[in-house]
Amino acid sequence: MSERNCLVANDWVCGEYVRTRSHELIDATVQHIGITAASVAIGVLISLPLALLARRGRAFAGPVLGVTTVLYSIPSLAMFSLLLPLFGLSAALVITGLVLYSLTILVRNTLAGLQAVPEEVKEAARGMGYGPLRLLWEVELPLALPALLAGVRIATVSTVALTTVGSIVDYGGLGTLIVDGLDSDFKAQVLTASVLCVALAVAADLLLLGLQRRLTPWTRAGAGESRIRGRRRPVAGSAA
Amino acid sequence: MNAISGAYDWLGTSANWQGEKGVWHRLAEHLYFSGVSLGAACVIALPLALWLGHTGRGGALAINISNVGRAVPTLAVLVLLSLTPLARHGGDAPTLIALVLFAVPPLLTNAYVGMREVDRAVVEAARGMGMSGRQVFARVELPLAYPLVMTGLRSAAVQVIATATLAAMAGEGGLGRIITAGFNLQNTPQVVAGAVLVAALALVVEGVFVVLARVFDPSRGRA
Repeated sequence: MSERNCLVANDWVCGEYVRTRSHELIDATVQHIGITAASVAIGVLISLPLALLARRGRAFAGPVLGVTTVLYSIPSLAMFSLLLPLFGLSAALVITGLVLYSLTILVRNTLAGLQAVPEEVKEAARGMGYGPLRLLWEVELPLALPALLAGVRIATVSTVALTTVGSIVDYGGLGTLIVDGLDSDFKAQVLTASVLCVALAVAADLLLLGLQRRLTPWTRAGAGESRIRGRRRPVAGSAA
Repeated sequence: MNAISGAYDWLGTSANWQGEKGVWHRLAEHLYFSGVSLGAACVIALPLALWLGHTGRGGALAINISNVGRAVPTLAVLVLLSLTPLARHGGDAPTLIALVLFAVPPLLTNAYVGMREVDRAVVEAARGMGMSGRQVFARVELPLAYPLVMTGLRSAAVQVIATATLAAMAGEGGLGRIITAGFNLQNTPQVVAGAVLVAALALVVEGVFVVLARVFDPSRGRA
């Protein structure tokens, strides 16, 4: 057979590349997953108190939603650059930037979920002697869980994509391979890393969908999968 | 903070604003890329979305395209396109194509959802009054879908500004170049100054589209 070496020919698809550089690909993927997971986890932890604060009234909701919306409008490269004096060239810089982005989606969805808990349910729980903390933990959060998890899914998928920009400080996971591949005009590296990145986003989405179904089995009991969006209501059945 | 006063000094130095690598030239490049691609994306996405919304077809496509757009890293698309033969002719084609690709989903999804969320009873009433399909579209559906169409336009504009910034990492011009050059020179004040400029541009563009949406609101001044 022909001994044409795809590495020398600089082909887009190159099995030889995947074989010889598998450790590089694995390291980058592991870093990518680590940065994404840390960002979303910290984002969830911060967004919950913020959502609880925002639902206490307009005086709190305005600033919380306003600030997170403004943060979301700042281009990713600028966001990471603005954090440079605080964190230097570190993974912490990338994670902080990604947490700030995820907050917009997470706070909005968690707030929507909490606000959608029916007043009668809360009244009934209070009547049964539930205190505020127990009410939150045993009644409100479980009922808000579908909306919260929908937010986590959206945040995770966009975080996987945005992590690539971390390559500006050399902590971009697969993004670092993409940018290095550009500098050395290495097509196989760019394409393989890009495809892996999209695959990672899809895999994360499916994983979280599975988790969502397992944690909230009641959402499937009704009319199929209830689709929760960040907006007021779904396009109720009008789409053919 | 050293970096902040340094960035302030950088912005105050007139030499940094002049010439091929100066702020004004980079800003002009940024606005050129963004304007052309946002215009092209509108020409592609809006008629399609409004037509799909009017006829009620293609809902899955119009809604899922945003989810797909979210999963695809903009940086990867910019780099992939700049390695294709498109870039050999030394033009801006790769950047412009990438920018259009990422501006289409918010436009398409929002305009489609806006059209579908128009109360069916209102559309029926308009038909009952004898309006033709075209009249229903122009006088009823479009004005009622307007707020979401403008939301889509605003998100697309912000998205385009952000993507045009990333184009610098793929070797293109625009304000992002000030940031990437700062990183290469290990010049933190320049990085921060460039980031402030980019963030300010994004917020100004967002503000301009909020104002535009109000000024051209078809229901403005009506009870």
